[in-house]
Amino acid sequence: MNETVNAVETNDLSRRFGGFVAVRQLNFTIPRGEIFGLLGPNGAGKTTTIRMLCGILLPTDGQARVLGYDVARQPEEIKKRIGYMSQKFALYGDLTPIENLEFYAAIYSVPHAQRTQRISELIQLSGLTDYQKVLTRNLSGGWRQRLALACAIVHEPPMLFLDEATAGVDPVSRREFWDLIYQMAGQGTSILATTHYMDEAEYCNRIGMMYAGELIALESPDVLRTRVPGYLVQVDCEQPTEAVQALSDLPGIIETTIHGAQLHVLLNDAGEASHMLDTLREAGVVVRSSLPIQPSLEDVFLYMVEQHQASAKSDSGE
Amino acid sequence: MSIENYAMELLIDARGLEMQFPKTASPSVHDLDLQVYEGQLFGLVGPDGAGKSTTLRMLASVLEPKKGTVKIAGHDMVKEVEQIRELIGYMPQNFSLYSDLSVQENLEFFASIHMMPTELKKKRIAEMLSFTRLESFHTRRAGKLSGGMKKKLALACAMVHSPQVLLLDEPTTGVDPVSRRELWNILTTIVHQGVTVILSTPYMDEAERCHQVAMLYGGSLLTSGSPDMLSASLPFFVLDVKARPRKEMRRVVTEMPGILEWHPVGDRLRLALPKENGMADQIMQRLNERFIQEKLEVDFLRMVRPGMEDVFVHLISERRGKQ
Repeated sequence: MNETVNAVETNDLSRRFGGFVAVRQLNFTIPRGEIFGLLGPNGAGKTTTIRMLCGILLPTDGQARVLGYDVARQPEEIKKRIGYMSQKFALYGDLTPIENLEFYAAIYSVPHAQRTQRISELIQLSGLTDYQKVLTRNLSGGWRQRLALACAIVHEPPMLFLDEATAGVDPVSRREFWDLIYQMAGQGTSILATTHYMDEAEYCNRIGMMYAGELIALESPDVLRTRVPGYLVQVDCEQPTEAVQALSDLPGIIETTIHGAQLHVLLNDAGEASHMLDTLREAGVVVRSSLPIQPSLEDVFLYMVEQHQASAKSDSGE
Repeated sequence: MSIENYAMELLIDARGLEMQFPKTASPSVHDLDLQVYEGQLFGLVGPDGAGKSTTLRMLASVLEPKKGTVKIAGHDMVKEVEQIRELIGYMPQNFSLYSDLSVQENLEFFASIHMMPTELKKKRIAEMLSFTRLESFHTRRAGKLSGGMKKKLALACAMVHSPQVLLLDEPTTGVDPVSRRELWNILTTIVHQGVTVILSTPYMDEAERCHQVAMLYGGSLLTSGSPDMLSASLPFFVLDVKARPRKEMRRVVTEMPGILEWHPVGDRLRLALPKENGMADQIMQRLNERFIQEKLEVDFLRMVRPGMEDVFVHLISERRGKQ
């Protein structure tokens, strides 16, 4: 196998469909053992990117290497060495988990001598021991998903692609699923996961935010949070709608939004907080408590999209 | 439930709701009680298959419960279903908009169902178009709208007859983040205008934005209350820790006594710490000392407010433990 430092390297990777640019000049790397998240709404170009990296779709411009192999010239080498799992993973409902695993082991030509051993390892790893003889169609969503993951890694791929792999499952199953992913990453497997679900991106070591085919941010979740300017305060108060009015003309406030019984106030800087609270009290709003909070990844994403659109406008001379 | 609720009018009172479908057809619901007060934004929260849609369909009088009673604004669901239908607006998850009718025609159709007088109908449709910022698209066919715009039109149709209660089944699922933010701004305005809104969502971060939350799992109620109350009711504090190298951080955390549970979230570890007399602060301090002793680069140790996902995961784990 090619021993490269990075599992994935792209250089201006692009894909056009006729006149439509689905992916524009992506540049990123995934070091071995890292979990990289590609985050963006439907239609942002995430799936097109994955398909190019899996060697299924040719780039129209730029290059990418996966595990050291060029996606355009050596797609077969890549296909053998990667695992792929999507939300609509094909499991056979009328087969048991073991039979499904045997099927995928055969497809990926896992040597006969190793199959039994590998399958029992996977049954154990995915916690399916008590369910190995149940028909797959009778498994709950969370279990089916773990089985799908086991099938995707039956040939021990050093690189795993997860395309919206946890959509629709309950939070407990999702957490357990990620525990498995962390175990694999700990053993050196590199992972690229796409999600349109902002919360899920928290689980990744690094995030690439995609919008309209472009990468608009590339950093760890914690660093991304610091990219939103201003100082966010959560105010717990009675009469939140009156509070919004009281703050509507106050300088130093970027935005005020209501979150249930709470108010999220984005200030220019921390120094404005006491003035903001005084203003509320003067307006007769009863403030129970206030504390600084971290912006959510959705806040970050929306901010990045705004910035991106503003710079696109100024570039085109508008 | 906080005291202020008693000053408000109980608008929806559902008791002992029961619904059983033949095998796997739809999620069932067992012995469900829900109380929703006037003017609230109420969230039915849970994963796929928890019974959210089934519950909303029963509240919308589309589906008759096997057992149990529903009262809306004092009207009995069985005896006074006509009155109830005028009070409520219901938006199913796969909304049956007429894709070959225009935006305007869809609104007119739903207004006619409710037999609105012509003048009122005109006025209200104009209001709805401006409210959802769909004016400039009013001649466009519904089938040609983007996902976010379809949801906005569906919402406009569900409330064209000025209902007192809105029942919205996953209004933000499958919608991009920009439209999701816009939909939430619209919902906040609707609640501000005095409409009671009950919505279902699989997203725990949306649960945080509701006044009251009912968490559903496997067709039964796990818990209900305000997000603040639910967060405070957890028997542990939550500490977020980030230090590097990651492996060393994990080792220090594993070796530290007193930590109830931990799991990785990206480069961070999320720890559950005991609530008893100052133990959490002590553990936090000791962790920090160990990190420094062992020459780790400490990014942060911070106590965070447990979110609705923490609540949900805790309750399900507890339930599974009992089985």
